[in-house]
Amino acid sequence: MTEQHTRTHAIDVSSILQVQKKSSEPNEPCIKVENLNLFYAQKQALHNVSMEMPKKKVTAYIGPSGCGKSTLLRCINRMNDLVDNVTIEGKVLLDNENIYDKTVNVAALRRRVGMVFQKPNPFPKSIFENVTYGLRIQGINDKRILEETVENALRGAALWDEVKDRLNDNALGLSGGQQQRLVIARAIAIEPEVLLLDEPASALDPISTLKIEELINELKEKYTIVIVTHNMQQAARVSDYTAFMFMGELIEMGTTSELFTNPRKKQTEDYITGRYG
Amino acid sequence: MDNSKIGHHISGQFNKELEDVRNKVLTMGGLVEQQIELAVTAFSTGDVEMAELVIKQDNQVDALEMAIDQECMQILALRQPAAFDLRLLITVMKVINELERVGDMAERIAEMAIQLSGGDTNKHDQYYELEHMAELVQEMLHGALDVFARMNIEDVITITGLDENVDREYGSIIRQLITKMMEDPRNITRMLDVLWIARSLERIGDHACNICEHLVYMVKGEDVRHLTQKELEKKMKE
Repeated sequence: MTEQHTRTHAIDVSSILQVQKKSSEPNEPCIKVENLNLFYAQKQALHNVSMEMPKKKVTAYIGPSGCGKSTLLRCINRMNDLVDNVTIEGKVLLDNENIYDKTVNVAALRRRVGMVFQKPNPFPKSIFENVTYGLRIQGINDKRILEETVENALRGAALWDEVKDRLNDNALGLSGGQQQRLVIARAIAIEPEVLLLDEPASALDPISTLKIEELINELKEKYTIVIVTHNMQQAARVSDYTAFMFMGELIEMGTTSELFTNPRKKQTEDYITGRYG
Repeated sequence: MDNSKIGHHISGQFNKELEDVRNKVLTMGGLVEQQIELAVTAFSTGDVEMAELVIKQDNQVDALEMAIDQECMQILALRQPAAFDLRLLITVMKVINELERVGDMAERIAEMAIQLSGGDTNKHDQYYELEHMAELVQEMLHGALDVFARMNIEDVITITGLDENVDREYGSIIRQLITKMMEDPRNITRMLDVLWIARSLERIGDHACNICEHLVYMVKGEDVRHLTQKELEKKMKE
């Protein structure tokens, strides 16, 4: 075989190798948490947490019950403000703006940072009214805009095909998995930048869970997503970055693939391999 | 890092499964070591019966490889292991593949031993270097299996370092064989058989090195394949 011949037939693998490199590059942060301490009355629930969550990526918080992952998640849209006796120190920056600044309008903040909870909580209204609720509060009543938003949001939440013929039915008649996707549709109808998901699939059956996970994968093209989950395999499947928390401290954060194959800290290793406790 | 890595799992059954896989790999390693020992002895003593035993036993090595592979796959599917457990299983699947290849090398040595048996009388002197080479690669393989058993990668550098000696001996054996072939062309057939043995031993050394590299990944989580000895030494110090 001549050299010329070999050259024309050489298979170029550089693009494959490039992709592997790229995925380890850091991304622009969307949310930055800086030295965050949180106290419920006297009890400290978060200890000096600092981390960055990259834009349009999925970041998962894992850790045993009571480690502070939900508390941390709720700090990102100031849900903890609603709890009595809470003291928060430190900063949470959303696009480089401290959301705990006195000038921040909390309602506006929560429009930018949507949240979905463990148990689906649709309003006892029609499917249509559930999705348009946020818009109506903003004073938008144009029927065309509302209809368009409903379709887009329901499509975005992978629910449109299942409910398009019964938009005026009561949302409580949907299955658990559908209700959860409806709630996600409601959250994305107002086009937030960030979606916070607090155990979004823990009350669902495996197929609905997979649908939600698939949805998360699609949603990250548009939104920065932070998810709290008890299910480690779920964190491994859906997230780009994983943070392991323990007793209110951030123990380790890194790319999901790195954290699940080769964690740097022993505590993380013990937890993800089931040796904790 | 030590064996305690495997213990202390919340799920006792999972513990047992990992321990079981590990023990099977060590059994397979022991069998392969024995195969080399028998094959080399069969060659140097001209014991055809022993050589035939090696060939017969190779299917046990193959069967172990498949059984362990199956077990690993089952654990991967059912337990979704992570971190060290995951690296252990992935490493096991690679290590048994290397061991199976080593088993094939032993089988080939045994085949050559049968072909070379009879005729040649003072073999022992002629193939002194070959036997020394065999000792070296056996030491390497034993060392690699020891690293796996103890999960302590301190000795890896020493083991992979031996491969240079093996390669040097291999080179000198080839030169000798060429000389003998030139001395008397009637030797060529026999010398080619001996060459196969030398080649097989050299490959066993390489497989032992590969096993060591896989084990570094298992323990440290760092991929150290395709490095020179110097680069490897540097990586291990990090």
